[in-house]
Amino acid sequence: MGMIERIEEISESAQEAVASADDLSSLEAVRVQFLGRKAELTGILRGIAELEADQRGKVGGLANEVRQQTEELISSRSAELEAAELELSLVADSIDVTLPGSPAAPVGHLHPVTRTRRMIEDVMVGLGYRVVEGPEVELDYYNFTALNHPPDHPARMLQDTFYIEPSPATTGGDRGPRDVLLRTHTSPMQVRAMEASPPPLFIIVPGKTYRRDSDATHSPMFHQVEGLAVGEGVTLADLKGTLLAMLREIFGPDREIRMRPHFFPFTEPSVEFDVSCFRCGGSGSLDGGDRCGLCKAIGWIELGGAGMVDPNVFSFVSDAGYDPDLVSGFAFGFGIERIAMLRHGIGDLRLMFDNDLRMLEQFS
Amino acid sequence: MKVPWSWLSEYCDTGLEPADLAERMAMTGTEVERVVEAGIADAGPFVVGRVVSVEPHPNADRLRVCQVDDGTGTRTIVCGAPNVDAGQAVIVALPGAIMPGGMEIGETELRGVLSSGMICGPDEIGVGERTEGILVLDGDPTPGTPASEVVPIEEVVLELEVTPNRTDCFGIYGVAREAHAITGASLAGEPWSDWDPGTDDECSDVVSVSVEDPADCLRFTARVFTGVQIGDSPAWLQARLIASGQRPINNVVDITNYVMLLTGQPLHAFDLDLVPGGELVVRRSRPGEGMTTLDGIERDLPEGTVLVCDGNGPAAIAGIMGGSVSEVGSTTGSVLLEVATWDGPGILRTSRELGLRSEASSRFEKQLHPALCDRAQAVAARLMVEVCGATEVPGMVDVFEHRDPERTLELRSGSVERVLGMDVPVEEQLEALDRLGFSPRPSPDGIEVTVPPDRHFDVTREIDLVEEVARISDLDTNLPATLPSGEGHTGGLSREQQAQRRTEDAMRESGFDEVVGWSFTSPDRIGALRLGESDQRSHATAISNPLSEEQSVMRTTVLISLLEIASRNLARGIGSVRIFESGRVYLPGGRTGEGLLGGAFPGGDPAPLYEPQVLGALATGEFRPGTWASPSIEAGFFPMKGVLEHLAGDLGLSVDVIPGAEPFLHPGRSGQVTVEGTGIGWIGEIHPLVARAFEVPSAVAFEIRLADLASASSVGDEVFREIPAHPAVERDIAILMPEEVAVSAVASAIGEAGGDLLEDVALFDVYAGEELPDGRRSLAFRLRFRAVDRTLAEEDVKPAWDAIVASIGSLKGELRG
Repeated sequence: MGMIERIEEISESAQEAVASADDLSSLEAVRVQFLGRKAELTGILRGIAELEADQRGKVGGLANEVRQQTEELISSRSAELEAAELELSLVADSIDVTLPGSPAAPVGHLHPVTRTRRMIEDVMVGLGYRVVEGPEVELDYYNFTALNHPPDHPARMLQDTFYIEPSPATTGGDRGPRDVLLRTHTSPMQVRAMEASPPPLFIIVPGKTYRRDSDATHSPMFHQVEGLAVGEGVTLADLKGTLLAMLREIFGPDREIRMRPHFFPFTEPSVEFDVSCFRCGGSGSLDGGDRCGLCKAIGWIELGGAGMVDPNVFSFVSDAGYDPDLVSGFAFGFGIERIAMLRHGIGDLRLMFDNDLRMLEQFS
Repeated sequence: MKVPWSWLSEYCDTGLEPADLAERMAMTGTEVERVVEAGIADAGPFVVGRVVSVEPHPNADRLRVCQVDDGTGTRTIVCGAPNVDAGQAVIVALPGAIMPGGMEIGETELRGVLSSGMICGPDEIGVGERTEGILVLDGDPTPGTPASEVVPIEEVVLELEVTPNRTDCFGIYGVAREAHAITGASLAGEPWSDWDPGTDDECSDVVSVSVEDPADCLRFTARVFTGVQIGDSPAWLQARLIASGQRPINNVVDITNYVMLLTGQPLHAFDLDLVPGGELVVRRSRPGEGMTTLDGIERDLPEGTVLVCDGNGPAAIAGIMGGSVSEVGSTTGSVLLEVATWDGPGILRTSRELGLRSEASSRFEKQLHPALCDRAQAVAARLMVEVCGATEVPGMVDVFEHRDPERTLELRSGSVERVLGMDVPVEEQLEALDRLGFSPRPSPDGIEVTVPPDRHFDVTREIDLVEEVARISDLDTNLPATLPSGEGHTGGLSREQQAQRRTEDAMRESGFDEVVGWSFTSPDRIGALRLGESDQRSHATAISNPLSEEQSVMRTTVLISLLEIASRNLARGIGSVRIFESGRVYLPGGRTGEGLLGGAFPGGDPAPLYEPQVLGALATGEFRPGTWASPSIEAGFFPMKGVLEHLAGDLGLSVDVIPGAEPFLHPGRSGQVTVEGTGIGWIGEIHPLVARAFEVPSAVAFEIRLADLASASSVGDEVFREIPAHPAVERDIAILMPEEVAVSAVASAIGEAGGDLLEDVALFDVYAGEELPDGRRSLAFRLRFRAVDRTLAEEDVKPAWDAIVASIGSLKGELRG
């Protein structure tokens, strides 16, 4: 057998040995066997010089090539075996991923009134309104007189009012009773805001309001949102469009609005507004033919009051630039709790201020 | 306002079902609260019967056996009424009839006699008062006639929610006009038309009236009727009153109520013989005066109450209730009928002061027009003659000083469109106003109208006419939905509103639930906080008419709400509570903070109280629940302070807590919260006595004023600093310090001594152990030094280090080996 054939044989058996090495230590043995100092191939390379001249080039070239090939084979096999061994050790190091997270990071909750108030604020900010707030302990002047409720006017009887005693502040004689009270609506901010800024004015006023009434549908403390838009050429149709846009954001794009004429001392004309029922779609009956309980089969849900700002109200802020011959405006108001209760299916208003954590933690 | 359907239909028969008219009215401004079916549901088995004979019952003393002709034959009915008699026309409920209470009439054996049906009493079929007897019909109705043709036994009643401006709709005829206006159905003539009290002055021969102050009494009319025969009112009149919610009393009183219900104008009848000399004076009450009103109650009269007095004293509280002194009763023969117009605000005030509200006062308080007096006198006169057999004394005493002229208004063309954003053709405007009784006529600028008296105080301006047109013009269907054009639409949340939201979100992220507590509380709760007299939080503002003692003063701290809510939840078995509230407190006035959060609200007059927005939080029980791998953390000062630090960090701020006790906090475990040196609130464990008062085992809490936090916040205004180009040198220092020296004092001493190169001082260990000397603890800080322009060498840091060591020495500390 010639030298060349022998080298080829070595190459073949080296390839077989590398392939069959199934761990790093047996691969190391293969390396020593074929590439170590005592290996046959190493011997052949060492003895090249003793070969005849015409054999040296051929044998030397082939032997080097086989050595290099074998080194590469071993190296790549080594990487394979290492990866396999790492994988095995990782699998052995597994955890139970179904255990709960630790340490615990409890999730808190915003009150449904806050969530609803923010939603309304965001919708109205999108329509170009600013958010302002006013005092809850208010002067009679702003709560009644300047909203066109003259002293001893029966309209004052519409709202059962909490009064503060004794009056910590007084106002001038032509500004009506000097009483201090808990505001019965967010409307006093209409006047305050107009006193502070000339038209055009587009604001909403969220906040707490108070009436002397307590049962399943009345709470002595509750929240309202007031809206006021004053500018040139503002119309009742603009009020309808604005309320419709707002209600569709809150209750869904298919909602319709209904406006029923009504009476409020500080708007003229005045309306109450309803939204078409979002459960039955306004039909009054559910898919199975059952009566819709949400709207009591009426198809409409009462939400609040609105109207065109009464010229008498403007007359209280004429110094601030509100001339009913030049500007007109609309105002609206509704309860935040009512929206929250409708959206979340809360039946009893009293739950809103009971603050039972088992209720609050249902609202993220 | 209860409107019997049959009464309404007498003046305006719309041809609609009651529910449909109710819907139309709701869409034009008058809410119909309910449509009630009063009386009998199915009138079919109720017929007119003729009592043919009456025999005693063989087995019962009080019962009688009657033979009754029901139009188809004679039937036997056992009857217990004492007034049943042969020849009477009566109402018979045939077997199968269902009574209003639900009872079904059948053929029943009563003490051995088979009774087939029932003879009805007036109350049993809802047309009169409960009496011992049966209802005996007037006239000679034919047996077998459906009962509903003779008496209104099947009545539908609309219960209207009339808005206070619509005094016209507090009368049936006004409601009929409204129905006419919105449906177009024809309207019957006014029931008071073509009336003349007579010009003879006989009336003033027997009655004289003087009014001290015409401002109290705009008009006083009096008429006299003689030969009055007092008795029960006829069934039709009683039925209408009952359906309208009034109790029949006697024919004269019933007439006054009936006329009020029809015209909206209250009346009052005096027994003329009980009015000495027929002299009446309208005046204010004097100190100490009192009287007994028709409801039998003896009342002290507030000084200044407007009264109608006879020669002996008060005979009626003007516009509210008559007096028993001249009450019309069975012996009355002559009646003085008062129809007056009172000052509305005055009536409202007096009614409130007396705590007495009547059908009359609820109308007068809304201010009626003097012209209504004639209407009421006209209708009453006719009924007094017809029903009571009375004789009219010609003439009328009429004290009427100041007569307002009729009001004419103009509705300019274009005004309706300008307000509504919708055009209503001028012909439709004219028609709407005509139906409403405004007598419109075209004018050069548009339409001129005359306001009818019963709308005089409601419709005073052009805008009010626009509303009248709008509500009749099917607003719901025709009004377009547009958005305001023009300037001024720059919406957005202010910086402080955004800051408020951030703080609320930070609390939520820290695992706290938001609560909304009552703004009011009890003086006891305030008292439980152990606040000193000089502390303004002890001076809670009181409500003069609270619903209860528990809600009688305004809270001065949200801590009260948080403790109450925690206590309630704990009592319900919820073991751990982490809650916060973002709301206001109400402090005596005289100062405000900055912006809306600080209670500086817009408007000409400042707010009466100081109402800062605060954020309060409270935790009790587990602060972090334990898990399979980590122990639970109990609520305590440091976990709570961590939340506060997170909250401030969310606004780009850091908070410091400095010692300083609140009386309601644990004196050794509490402090004042400061931001950039300004106090913004407190934090600490709740004092055990306070916790006990609120039935909370132990708790930790804080309360901060949001305005101060928001104004210090840099969020949105951060200025970029270059990222350091050179490495830092870190050194740890361990110090043995007297325990009473605060960590913050040590850290700031190190900071000052370290100079410009010292970039950061961070505490990483606190240790107090037995092997340390008494009264000392070990503090370990990591110090980071850095220069902006070079890499620091050991010798660069040395001077700073030496200065730091020296500063520690000056605090009586020493380096630990």
